[in-house]
Amino acid sequence: MNENDIDLEKRRFLTQTTVALGTAGVVFAAVPFINYLKPGAGTLEAGAPIDVDITKLEPGQMIRVEWRGQPIWILKRTDEMLETLTELEPVLADPDSDESVQPESCKNQYRSIKPEIFVAVGICTHLGCSPTYRPEVAPPDLGKDWLGGFFCPCHGSRFDLAGRVYKKVPAPTNLVVPPYWYETDTRIIVGEERT
Amino acid sequence: MSNCKQYGTKLLAWIDERFPLTKVWNEHMAKYYAPKNFNFWYFFGSLALLVLINQIVTGIWLTMNYKPDAQLAFDSVETIMRDMEWGWLIRYMHSTGASMFFIVIYLHMFRGMMYGSFKKPRELVWLLGMSLYLALMAEAFMGYLLPWGQMSYWGANVIISLFSAIPVIGEDLATWVRGDFLVSDITLNRFFSFHVIAVPLIIVGLVFLHIVALHKVGSNNPDGIEIKEKKDKNGIPLDGVPFHPYYTVKDLFGAVVFIAICSWIIFYSPEFGGYFLEHPNFIPADPLKTPEHIAPVWYFTPFYSILRAIPSKFGGMVAMFASILILFLLPWLDRCQVKSIRYRGTIYKVALGSFVVSFIVLGYLGTIPPTPTAAFFGTFFTIVYFGFFLLMPIYTRLEVTKPVPDRVVWPPKPISAREGWLWDQGRKAIAAIKSTPVYQQADGYWQKIQEFMKNNKYLRHFL
Repeated sequence: MNENDIDLEKRRFLTQTTVALGTAGVVFAAVPFINYLKPGAGTLEAGAPIDVDITKLEPGQMIRVEWRGQPIWILKRTDEMLETLTELEPVLADPDSDESVQPESCKNQYRSIKPEIFVAVGICTHLGCSPTYRPEVAPPDLGKDWLGGFFCPCHGSRFDLAGRVYKKVPAPTNLVVPPYWYETDTRIIVGEERT
Repeated sequence: MSNCKQYGTKLLAWIDERFPLTKVWNEHMAKYYAPKNFNFWYFFGSLALLVLINQIVTGIWLTMNYKPDAQLAFDSVETIMRDMEWGWLIRYMHSTGASMFFIVIYLHMFRGMMYGSFKKPRELVWLLGMSLYLALMAEAFMGYLLPWGQMSYWGANVIISLFSAIPVIGEDLATWVRGDFLVSDITLNRFFSFHVIAVPLIIVGLVFLHIVALHKVGSNNPDGIEIKEKKDKNGIPLDGVPFHPYYTVKDLFGAVVFIAICSWIIFYSPEFGGYFLEHPNFIPADPLKTPEHIAPVWYFTPFYSILRAIPSKFGGMVAMFASILILFLLPWLDRCQVKSIRYRGTIYKVALGSFVVSFIVLGYLGTIPPTPTAAFFGTFFTIVYFGFFLLMPIYTRLEVTKPVPDRVVWPPKPISAREGWLWDQGRKAIAAIKSTPVYQQADGYWQKIQEFMKNNKYLRHFL
């Protein structure tokens, strides 16, 4: 066969269309395999929003509930506690929560919808330990400047009573506030937002 | 662009100094000369490889959510089907793939029997292929237990009970295989282990050996002629073409058609009328209640029929295993020097035809309840099945063969020039179809489409 007899244009066209369509086919075929790896319906159901009754929550008391395997803190702050928030602002790294994660409704000084009720994911933004609730003022181990807040035992990160991180500690941002809404005054739904 | 190419060449040279990449590519693809007269029957080797890859990939994904636990297995399969995104598709790809694997393998084996691909010097190719077939049966059998449905359970129960037919050690052997006194969680767990690790490893290893052995001796072809006997001055077989690009492109076309057929099954009929996924398997396993009619999946039914045809527990088991193992002996049972059915005597054509009919009928009989009529035909075709093999050394010696040409027949004979009763019937059927008004109307449209394509800058390339 003569080299000139080969229709090179046809060959090129067919090769290119085959490669293009084959690539498209592989991409489409990959979609089910990639989506299969996402959380399934069972996992999503297990991670559905939870509702929390706060009728019996006393001022100054904090309860822990579980949502998606994470500790969720619900703290009822007293007026004295709320006053410390303004006082501590000079030592905080992100007092206005510009760098931190929270729903838009909680991007305020209290980092909450209602000032006295604080809801947060109880996981340190440093390396995932759960900080301890230390409401007492000036305990010996935390120093005389401590006005109450959260202290992470793993690497010593400090947060105020609105979960805002101190300067010069390992944690980079404030504690995460999950989406939540009030079904009634005493019932909080954690895990979704509703206005 | 030329810069890119330069770096590419350099990289390849770097690799070649450390790993025989170009050498392997040339030996097995670009300079592996395969006979140029391969036909439709030669698709099934590469299709088997395609299905194997499909089974491995979908299997890995299914294993992510499947739980090998008698309490959880059935529900975990339902979780895959309902709760995981696209889980139904991945599972149906796997279950359809299993049946398609056997269809492809049976056609692949039939091709070998038709063209004498098992004969000298390809005995090892055949033996490795048969070992692959055995491994595939084990893989399919153990995989079928995993969904832990009624058929999974009772199917496994029946097959494992076969071992108990062996004198003296039988009962203990069956208990040893199950790891329990009945098919249980323990059995499920070990079958899972074999199904996802042990047997796939063996299969992949055997595929490698099968291909290495094939490439050592070279592929057979529909004319059954050794193309290596006629070479040009460069040592290239005169009737050979490089595997790549000639057969990679051909196989790609076959793969596209095959995937289209599989897609139709997966999307429209994944249970395939109860043949690919049996209906009782949608009920969780219940060790206290056997389904009314129990049959293995279609690809085992020919052998199941042979088991039922022998009125003795031990004899049935021996016959069943013998019917599979006897295939290993094919290269030594067939005494005819001519390879391809094209040049073999009528006696072999009749024998092979009877074998195919008996295989299909036994397969059908294995799916229906054992009535006296079915039992009669089961016995009759079991005799035909074994007759094909056991009488082979005699009738293949008596064969009157046609002269085999020196070179492969090229170009292939057009359908109009082929001789024989079957081809006559085929030509008549084609003529009948062509004379129908529907065909003629469709042909009219096709002419118009072709005309349009011919005048289009790009579409003309497809003609």
